[in-house]
Amino acid sequence: MPIHMITMPKWGLSMEQGQVNGWLKAIGDKVVKGDEILDVETDKISSGVECAFEGILRRQIAQEGDTLPIGALLAVVADAETPDAQIDAEVEAFQRDFVPATSADGESGPQPEKAQIGGRTVRYLKLGEGGTPALLIHGFGGDLNNWLFNHADLAAHRAVWALDLPGHGESGKALETGSADELADSVIAFMDDRGIDKVQLIGHSMGALIAMTVAAKAPGRVASLALISAAGLGKEINGDYIHGFTEGSNRNALKPQLAKLFADPGLVTRQLVEDIVKYKRLEGVPEALRKISASAFDGDVQRTSYRDRLAELAPRALVIWGAGDQIIPAAHAQGLPGDIRVHVLEGKGHMVQMEAASEVNRLLDDFLGR
Amino acid sequence: MARKITFSQAINEALSQEMARDETVIVMGEDNAGGAGSPGEQDAWGGVLGVTKGLFHKYPGRVLDTPLSEGGYIGAAVGAAACGMRPVAELMFIDFMGVCFDQIFNQAAKFRYMFGGKAVTPVVIRAMQGAGLRAAAQHSQMLTSLFTHIPGLKVVCPSTPYDAKGLLIQAIRDNDPVIFCEHKLLYGREGDVPEESYAIPFGEANVVRDGDDATIITYGRMVHYATEAAEKLAKDGIQVEVIDLRTTSPLDEETILESANRTGRVVVVDEANPRCSIATDISALIAQRAFHSLKAPIEMVTAPHTPAPFAGVLEDMYIPSAAQIAEAVLKVRA
Repeated sequence: MPIHMITMPKWGLSMEQGQVNGWLKAIGDKVVKGDEILDVETDKISSGVECAFEGILRRQIAQEGDTLPIGALLAVVADAETPDAQIDAEVEAFQRDFVPATSADGESGPQPEKAQIGGRTVRYLKLGEGGTPALLIHGFGGDLNNWLFNHADLAAHRAVWALDLPGHGESGKALETGSADELADSVIAFMDDRGIDKVQLIGHSMGALIAMTVAAKAPGRVASLALISAAGLGKEINGDYIHGFTEGSNRNALKPQLAKLFADPGLVTRQLVEDIVKYKRLEGVPEALRKISASAFDGDVQRTSYRDRLAELAPRALVIWGAGDQIIPAAHAQGLPGDIRVHVLEGKGHMVQMEAASEVNRLLDDFLGR
Repeated sequence: MARKITFSQAINEALSQEMARDETVIVMGEDNAGGAGSPGEQDAWGGVLGVTKGLFHKYPGRVLDTPLSEGGYIGAAVGAAACGMRPVAELMFIDFMGVCFDQIFNQAAKFRYMFGGKAVTPVVIRAMQGAGLRAAAQHSQMLTSLFTHIPGLKVVCPSTPYDAKGLLIQAIRDNDPVIFCEHKLLYGREGDVPEESYAIPFGEANVVRDGDDATIITYGRMVHYATEAAEKLAKDGIQVEVIDLRTTSPLDEETILESANRTGRVVVVDEANPRCSIATDISALIAQRAFHSLKAPIEMVTAPHTPAPFAGVLEDMYIPSAAQIAEAVLKVRA
């Protein structure tokens, strides 16, 4: 039986190190593929490190509180019969040969770019090559970093683009009406500008509503729709959250709102809150968010639903939801027409693509094909 | 997010973006253009440390060189503000403020009040302060507390490039006179700054670091020493909260008191001399309003009650250090 090394994962382009928050499995515990064995916190978010192997947790190399570079040894999994001496020898060999990547290496990696499209700055990031390209569309108040646990994984098998919608991230903040139509037009303009003829759209929350609007406006160009915690599939939405996020301007006001995005509010790091506060301060952002929310939502009610038309919008569709979603109820995933694949993940919240990244990546990768 | 630029580039960018947005914004000061009436030499300097470099050509006629007379041009800036402009006057070293106290304390700070709220004075006075540049006693003072004492003035002390840009934009848009204090040794410091314009509201302290074991309250350059001390203590399992005041007037009392009440152990760090300082002011606030939460006497880490020495070895001892701050935290933890 082989000895398996569990190392510090790299979540997103900017991650260089992670802090070990705590162990979820004890030495001697049996682990199977997909089990979370420890919690790691980065400056963006904390998450569980999954085990990719089956066996017994034989060593906890990292200590709680340790900050370690990506690739550093965290744990060892092997079967019960593997002798201790053999494990110790392999650990020693690993540690002797391990060279942490320097931050200079990290900076040479792919970085988001900016283009001027229709008189507006659009920030985007492209990873991977080939296949029918996928395009990731974030939700209300988000940006392309919402996909930091997904983008690189999905790009292993196809070209995957992510963009900042108008009014978001580092794209231009000016909006005419902020309607889903206007945002969908900006996505179509982006596809035209980048020469993306046919696309597989992956939308999160309001991004899913935009994806469906694109499909409705540009028939034939959307090969598939993957809708995650989607707006536009039902009536209810958490109006308090939308209002609180739009009007909150400091940490104390925004933190309780951001906590609603996750089933585990402990995942909201101070850096995540800080990034949102900085975004909210940018000139034009509160105005843009007010326009978008007024156009898409009326208090606790969504104005637009593609529920009955979903089957005709694209040849194939996939719906993923966190059962514990506090923003848009997971019930919207039920009773959809046609042969739409639906996955509701237990114990996960609205940001299910972050909270259950590996599982969502597997579902998306299967759905998208190679 | 965004790209890394220096503290002084962040100030330059804030000025440039506000000049582009509002044509009443003008910049004035000694050598800000580089010697008026001397073609070829114009824009050579951009102020004594080059902070306003490049603006003279970008905004013709709106970057004014002034005579070496602080009393004259600070008065002119205050008057221009009262008449509808938004001047940003650069007063080289804060130590020279003494020759224009009347213009600042008795005129600019009082107009709104004396004219029954009918007058506004949207002037910003930028000035360098702080020790550590071997510039001797007359060019090294921290005078934040003098201005904080005067009602009618707003006082800003940024610690990072991000804060410098956002707070200066807020200062220019504010309708009251603002004293914008820039620590000389922060000019070269780099940090992430969005290209887009943004304003940071006054009176909102920044909690740089969370912790429940003790609270360090500070501002300006000392924020970085406090963070260094907190990081060192974290290795020994002591989690220290670090609060960067950002503005000393208005003061974010809520954030200070919430933290002091929670930790019960407070260190106030101020690079200025200790008497009648930001350190004593914050200490008094906590002693008065969070007394029953305190588990140990408040500690202050400040410069001594002497002028800043010229001798390098003495100046280094004069400026509070991360080691002194860490020691003070251990003292309130004892």
